[in-house]
Amino acid sequence: MIQAKDINFYYGDFQALRNISMEIAAHTVTAFIGPSGCGKSTFLRLFNRMNDLIDNTRLTGECLVEGENIYRKSVQVDELRKKVGMVFQKPNPFPKSIFENVAYGLRVNGIRDKKYIARQVEESLKAAALWEEVKDKLKKSAFELSGGQQQRLCIARALAISPSILLMDEPASALDPISTSKIEELIHSLKKDYTIVIVTHNMQQAARVSDKTGFFMLGELIEYDDTKNIFLKPEKEQTQNYITGRFG
Amino acid sequence: MKHTEQELHALKEEVSQMWKLVLSQLEKAKQAFLGGDIELAREIVSREKRVDACELKIDSDCENYIALYSPVAIDLRLALSLIKISATLERIGDFAEGIARHVIDDECNKIHPQIIEELQIEQMFDLLISMLSDSFVALESENTKVSGKILAKDDAVDSIYYASLDILTIYMQADPSFMRCGLKLMLLIRKLERIGDHCSNIVEEIVFYVDAKVLKHGVK
Repeated sequence: MIQAKDINFYYGDFQALRNISMEIAAHTVTAFIGPSGCGKSTFLRLFNRMNDLIDNTRLTGECLVEGENIYRKSVQVDELRKKVGMVFQKPNPFPKSIFENVAYGLRVNGIRDKKYIARQVEESLKAAALWEEVKDKLKKSAFELSGGQQQRLCIARALAISPSILLMDEPASALDPISTSKIEELIHSLKKDYTIVIVTHNMQQAARVSDKTGFFMLGELIEYDDTKNIFLKPEKEQTQNYITGRFG
Repeated sequence: MKHTEQELHALKEEVSQMWKLVLSQLEKAKQAFLGGDIELAREIVSREKRVDACELKIDSDCENYIALYSPVAIDLRLALSLIKISATLERIGDFAEGIARHVIDDECNKIHPQIIEELQIEQMFDLLISMLSDSFVALESENTKVSGKILAKDDAVDSIYYASLDILTIYMQADPSFMRCGLKLMLLIRKLERIGDHCSNIVEEIVFYVDAKVLKHGVK
């Protein structure tokens, strides 16, 4: 589904990623962990070209999504982002109604069929485990929702345009334990339909939700393995020191 | 040392203390059995409660450690191993008590020394004591290189156990009045054989903790 080959990435003169290669299988959850500044978010943002928005950056290597090099000149970034959705650390609903937040992606993609939009909004909200909580107040402002509900709304918004990959950059770090638990349950249930890549600082969250885990440090991918191996018997001492809190 | 490491260190220390206690129970059981020392046997029986208390305390402290610190990797393996090791030490403590009760039971505590020698009971005790003390050193030093040697000693214990069946059968056939004490002696030897199995289990737990390898049940 996703293949990274010999990725090097630079912010100006600073090399943020060093020779990273990784394969991510379809319908799996992959977690990236590592200390702040290790490059995990930078690596995540490569998959839908979010780093393009930052000036003075440079990439070498290949990044393939569904077999296609997404950094080829012929690639339409808008089309890529339909395929690769993203959820950010802080919920960022638009100043619109709950319904319009989810419908937004469909409308900007030129879809006008009201019945289709209504059905897609409902299905996305159901997939994001939010429908039962909002079905009677779809016209209310998204800002009236709690933080956890807003984050699930953002996930519904990302799902509405039917992506195959969902990138999540610390999606639960600003949420309370109950909302975090709902997001984790959601990640688990979405796995059957989507490929999910999540960046998290919460080690236990990585252990709970992911099938595979990649540990990054100083721009390098130190270890990438089945999550249960990483958390029970990591191969590398650096990984062990980090996950057991002996790092630094 | 970080406070999480201090917690683990404290857990390990508790298990070390229990280990020393159980080792001393086993050494005293040997002494009491071979010397027919009923006073010493009574001391073993009364100290068994301390072994049980150690197990309960370690269980509780390991549960708290896992709940509060969410350990992973080598720390999780250590906590899991310590829980199992303490349960195993408690079983060994029970067997030591069982041997002591055999000594206290005056019906069969005066077996002819020649039979004891022929059954190699002293050698069995010595093998078990060395298995238990060597595995203690393996945990303290986090060195599993000696695990093979310790496990080989269990094979030697098993050989003595199987040979004892034939030896005791001959004695019991020759003298039916020895039947009851012969059977009791067989049960005692069975206890020693089980201690060997438990020592092997402890070694397997240490290998799991240090090397992240599963040895038990022939898993590779």
